[in-house]
Amino acid sequence: MLVVDDEPGIRSGVERILRNFTVSYPFLEDEIGFNIVEAETGEAAIEIIQKQPPAIVLLDNKLPGIQGIEVLEYINANQPNILVMMITSYASLELAVKATNIGAYDFVPKPFTPQELKASMENIAKHFFLRQMTRKLHKEGKQVRFQFLTVLSHELKSPLNAIEGYLRMMQEKQTGDKIDDYAEPIERSLSRIQAMRNLIMDLLDLTHIESGKRRRDLREIDLVLVAKSALDTMTPMAVQRDITLELVNDEPQPIFADSDDMEILLNNLISNAVKYNVKGGWVKCEAGHTESHIYCKVSDSGIGINEEDLSKLFQEFTRIKNPQSKNVSGSGLGLSIVKKIMELYSAEVKVESKPGEGSTFTLLFPLPNSIIANEGI
Amino acid sequence: MPTAKKTILIVDDDIDYLYQLRFHVEKMGFEVVTAESQREAEQLLSTMKPDLAILDLMMENEDSGFILSYKIKRKYPEIPIIIATAVAAETGMSFGISSEQERKWIKADLYLEKGIRPDQLHREIIKLLKL
Repeated sequence: MLVVDDEPGIRSGVERILRNFTVSYPFLEDEIGFNIVEAETGEAAIEIIQKQPPAIVLLDNKLPGIQGIEVLEYINANQPNILVMMITSYASLELAVKATNIGAYDFVPKPFTPQELKASMENIAKHFFLRQMTRKLHKEGKQVRFQFLTVLSHELKSPLNAIEGYLRMMQEKQTGDKIDDYAEPIERSLSRIQAMRNLIMDLLDLTHIESGKRRRDLREIDLVLVAKSALDTMTPMAVQRDITLELVNDEPQPIFADSDDMEILLNNLISNAVKYNVKGGWVKCEAGHTESHIYCKVSDSGIGINEEDLSKLFQEFTRIKNPQSKNVSGSGLGLSIVKKIMELYSAEVKVESKPGEGSTFTLLFPLPNSIIANEGI
Repeated sequence: MPTAKKTILIVDDDIDYLYQLRFHVEKMGFEVVTAESQREAEQLLSTMKPDLAILDLMMENEDSGFILSYKIKRKYPEIPIIIATAVAAETGMSFGISSEQERKWIKADLYLEKGIRPDQLHREIIKLLKL
């Protein structure tokens, strides 16, 4: 980090404050420390930047020769990767705004406390490393993965926060002295734990599919039989919600596939159809073939999906939120799992839906089915 | 109690977190109004004006909290806003505070990591409301 300020006191102060200061970051093994280089004038700063560009410049605006803002302009034109933190006096807020508008990362008002400087430096250092990491990941085509992890960490932390909050309330006896006073928090905590377990199971499914490591056992199986067993699995939940499950045709529909894959597909579709349904509704499942495809259709009388949400449906961690779906628990991974499996079979999943009327998901496997399984299987 | 009449809007799509936060904030002596989504909050804000807002960041959009914050500040610049998130700095990249344009309109008075202790939160609220 390069500190540019004409006051020696500020430079040595910054040096003193940051000498032993480190920033840690969950994705990094090492802590980030600061190596500090000093410059007394803008001209000297530019010379250093030319010779050995720093990661961060802490830049005072009021300098004896050229002004800080000109150094900032130089950096933007020549070394746009350098992050600039402007030091400005409280009186010149306008300048600070101007500086951020023309490319300074942020500003610290002067006089600042060691704490304020550390907070700003922590911020900018994290930004620097995130950006570096993002670029690297992007190069490796792993950015998507990183975003996935970001959302995943959110999805895993939320239930922990909720459960922790309830436990604290109990620990501090916030709503009473008896265990019965906490029946609701206990019930909610258990339900969050269950949801988290489901998320982990789905995550494992997804990882297996993506890694391609799981051996797929491809053989001729009966799709109708798989559908039957998926319907059976969902029967208890359907009964609870007064939803009728129906298998439309009984004739066997042979398909050349891995039975675990087919189970995951149908379990996901049928459980969605039950979960996002209305009391007294129905779910129908039908398997068969046309000249070009083997198909399996799951339709429901549920809450439906509006057009805007349809496009997001198969993305990871998408959960369509509306008043009707807010009490439904899910990992947000089910349909992205469905899509990934279908891709392995060079097959397609189609969805038609009308809000308030219901949805139909159709799995379409191209015929002849025996040519499947070329890639990754 | 000078805090008695202040109204705090809490927006979070996690019903458990919302319940807990409401519990603690009410215990501090504030009036609490809640919403479970960005959309619901926007509707609420057309009919009421809170003294302070605590917003979750990721709701129906991954930057719902910012959008709400922007809209509240545009209508009532004087309302202090706290953005609370379970992700803290890790999301820095996914909603890109890095880009100039976004930074210009993101205006919250305080960012908090979820899991903050109620007494800490209370102090921050008092500071922001200048009580």
